[in-house]
Amino acid sequence: MLLVPCPHCGPMNAGDLTYNGESHRRPDPKTCTPEEWRTYLYLRENPSGWLLENWYCSSGCRKHFKIERHTFTGELRAPVLPGRKPGATQGDMK
Amino acid sequence: MSQRLPAPLGDVIDRSSAISFTWNGTKLQGFEGDTIASALLANGEHILGRSMKYHRPRSVLTADFWDPNTTVQVDDEPNVRASHRKLADGMAVSAQNVWPSLKFDVKAANGLVGRFLTAGFYYKTFMKPAKLWPAYEHVLAKFAPGGAVDLNTPHGRYDKRYAHPDVVVAGGGPSGMAAALAAAAAGSSVILVEHEHQLGGYLLWGSDDDRTAATGLAAACAAAGVEILTNSTVAGRYEDNWISISQRSHPGVIERLIKARAKTLVVAAGTIERPYVFQGNDLPGVMTSGAAQRLIRMYGVKPGTRAVVFTANESGDSAVEALQSAGISIARVVDARSGEGITSASGSKSRVKRVTLSDGTTVECDLLVTAVGWTTPTSLLNMAGDRPVYDADAARFFPAGPPDNVLATGGMVGDGSRDELIAHGQATGELAAGRAAVVRQRIQAATARAAAVDGPELDYPADERTPLDRVRHPELYRSTTHGIVDYSEDVSSKDLFSAAGEGFDSVELIKRFTTATMGPSQGKLETVNTVAVLAEARNETIAEVGTTVWRPPYAPISLGALAGRINEPTRISVLQPWHEANGATPILAGQWVRPEHYGDPAAEVRNTRTNVGVIDVTPLGKLDLQGPDVPKLLSLLYTNKWMALPIGGVRYGLMCAEDGVVLDDGVTARLGEEHYLMTTTSSGAAKIWNWIEMWLQTEHPDWQVHVTPVTTGLTSINIAGPNSRELLGRLTDDIDLDPDAFPYMNVRRGAIAGVENCIAWRIGFTGELSYEIHVPSGHAVHVWEQLLEQGADLGVKAFGLEAQRIMRLEKGHFIVGQDTDGLSKAPVTGLNPLLKLDKDDWAGMPEVAWTMESGDHPVIVACQPDNGSVIPEEAAQILRAGTTEIVGRITSSRMSPTLNRSICLAQVTKEFADPGTSLEVLLISGERITATVQEHHAHFDPEGARLRG
Repeated sequence: MLLVPCPHCGPMNAGDLTYNGESHRRPDPKTCTPEEWRTYLYLRENPSGWLLENWYCSSGCRKHFKIERHTFTGELRAPVLPGRKPGATQGDMK
Repeated sequence: MSQRLPAPLGDVIDRSSAISFTWNGTKLQGFEGDTIASALLANGEHILGRSMKYHRPRSVLTADFWDPNTTVQVDDEPNVRASHRKLADGMAVSAQNVWPSLKFDVKAANGLVGRFLTAGFYYKTFMKPAKLWPAYEHVLAKFAPGGAVDLNTPHGRYDKRYAHPDVVVAGGGPSGMAAALAAAAAGSSVILVEHEHQLGGYLLWGSDDDRTAATGLAAACAAAGVEILTNSTVAGRYEDNWISISQRSHPGVIERLIKARAKTLVVAAGTIERPYVFQGNDLPGVMTSGAAQRLIRMYGVKPGTRAVVFTANESGDSAVEALQSAGISIARVVDARSGEGITSASGSKSRVKRVTLSDGTTVECDLLVTAVGWTTPTSLLNMAGDRPVYDADAARFFPAGPPDNVLATGGMVGDGSRDELIAHGQATGELAAGRAAVVRQRIQAATARAAAVDGPELDYPADERTPLDRVRHPELYRSTTHGIVDYSEDVSSKDLFSAAGEGFDSVELIKRFTTATMGPSQGKLETVNTVAVLAEARNETIAEVGTTVWRPPYAPISLGALAGRINEPTRISVLQPWHEANGATPILAGQWVRPEHYGDPAAEVRNTRTNVGVIDVTPLGKLDLQGPDVPKLLSLLYTNKWMALPIGGVRYGLMCAEDGVVLDDGVTARLGEEHYLMTTTSSGAAKIWNWIEMWLQTEHPDWQVHVTPVTTGLTSINIAGPNSRELLGRLTDDIDLDPDAFPYMNVRRGAIAGVENCIAWRIGFTGELSYEIHVPSGHAVHVWEQLLEQGADLGVKAFGLEAQRIMRLEKGHFIVGQDTDGLSKAPVTGLNPLLKLDKDDWAGMPEVAWTMESGDHPVIVACQPDNGSVIPEEAAQILRAGTTEIVGRITSSRMSPTLNRSICLAQVTKEFADPGTSLEVLLISGERITATVQEHHAHFDPEGARLRG
């Protein structure tokens, strides 16, 4: 099981967190087209490479955070709280 | 015990402690420390089972965990490894995969027609026609291997444990023990896991010095505080050293699964001796050199009387010494290092009788010992991403280089004397501890809430171990004849040749096609021989063919251990003991144990409609919301408007997910200027808390709202019925219950039955005049008992969940998740006035708007069967009359004690939603009945006169 670093609790078992999937921007509900909204609802990039993801520390501090994960190597970069920009690699935790 | 050797042979058995057991009904004796197989061999019982496909008699081949054909039935437990399981007093052991008996097995006829049972036989023969498969399966199942499962066996106890060691060492041989010891000495917490019953590895069947060294190292590990798990297997290694350990030796449970997060994993799995492929290699009496030494030196069992030893290495030479010490005559030593070889063995059905050598001579014997080389069990390294590389000079695979947090040592990485192996293990243990310390420091540094790291940043230690040598070894896989490659699956080298001839060129595919390496020994004995035979058949090198990838588990784990203990926590309200003491029938609703009824739900309904009833509704999710931006939050998550809710007001709200599907519903009250209490459905409590947190943290981190779940902090009681105002009035002077002062959909706070800080609101799920009170849980039993005591003359009675469900259905209130499902967008509920499309934003708004615009959605309607005594089942289909076209379904149905007839809610397409429409309902019995759509959702009191009174 992957160790995912919560910005507050430190490395946590992925199973102790909730995975909320690929990070995506919510379109403006007043002006968006059905296509834009459904892209937001259902379509994901699913790359083999770096992916910005949403995680929720559901068994710990209950913070939502974002983290960049390499979907092929499993490598993780430093987590960030919402509203902040993802930063540099935080060093090998493994 | 005719084949038992005298002491000092038999290190691990205790001759002072005899054990009685039965074998196929015959009473036998063994000693404490015996395995089932060693005890049977000691008694001269040397056929332990029959092979899977051809039902050939089989005996001990390796005399350890991996022994492929010695699985037996022990009491009610099938598939027990006789060469591993320790004998226990009173065991009833029997052979399995034999019928009608071990000695006379009719299925051995398979052996005669063996040429028809080649690779892929079952696939090719029984594939077509598909419709006959059930018939084929019925017959084939009788030929399937395995013991008998007794369905009446009581539940066994299994367990799980989580561990957080610095270092896990897999393998308790000399290198593993030395690594564990060195890591512990360097300050690491260490778990040392050994597959067999005691530490020592190959030292246990080695020289006297070897055995002394093993004892000394084991004692030193224990003294150093290493946690030693014997008869346990490191079954898997997953990301970031998440390690599963199957512990079969934990007292009190059959098996325990340990999930360990290790900072460093040391793999010291040693090597596994390979069998040799030649004609007759599965005859009883043919065994590996390790097996012969284990039987003689560990168990004091004489495996034969006249032996031929085919040796290519020290282990074979050592086996010769062991055989001589046991008084077994050595008929011939065939030394592969000087170019000698064997081509076949033959004998009776039950025993090898002669061996034919490469030069054509035959030698009489009843024991053939082979020592042809080693398989490196790189499973755990494979799981860490390593792909082993074949070294033709050493005739075995070696690790290519696992990741930094996994270190291999011992026989897996090279050869050496005992002292050299110990030295390598020690260096590995020190390195493992050094790396674990760095990981520990980094985790601490990355954990904001942990203490600051004390001291300087540690350097990540480089691997400066002196590598072990690799001793040259002849490549010996198959002789010039064909023999068994996979003993547990009965796959021969001929099968592999024919599969290669059919065009199977990948080892991964040939494995699946022939099932070679897929038996209970998990490829430990068979993989490299399979690769070698395939290389030979395809005229390639072993390196070109490559190897299969070993996946978890390293050794089989019982399903019970994976399941662990039954550990489903349930929740109760503080009133539950009262309910149970007063005749309530408990029901599990979601996580909650609740009273379903107290004997007669229909009577509870009638009493509530006539007098007054009280129900415990604590599981209702309750969230305390505080802050200036709560109205914005409510507006965002509910479909309706919340900006102008006055203090003291209560409002119903519907929540949607972003796809417009109904997510939850409930009422929310404004208690103060910036203070609200939200209720959710009982099953939605945790989900909605998360939902709110997600919106607040990710989309609107600037909003000032604090959310506190208070579901169990407040005990909730609904007082419903015409006498409810009178009853509550007797318990409070603090709250003015006058209908003008406290109208419907309002909330008040005050003392009830002397308990301060209670919340009371007027709502009407049951359709009656009702007050829902939320009482600090510490005082809830007092308030509940006061309600029943003070209301005795008003006819107050407790009612349960079932009565409440009936009353809500009489009132036509839908339940999210029952009357709606994962496709029900908000307009399905018919609550269109609550879907405020003129708001700026709310969760799911665009989808709801588009759905309303298209009008293309089913709707919830109330309907009544025309025959009021018939209750259609919930989920019964509604069909277009006379056809099989599904146009809806019954979502809720009950007999109404108030109306004395059956009533329903249903989801139907719009075409069938108009009042008065006749619906055709298909019952589970196949009968079709008619039902009529009602004008209102409420079957009873549609104007709501009762609840507003």
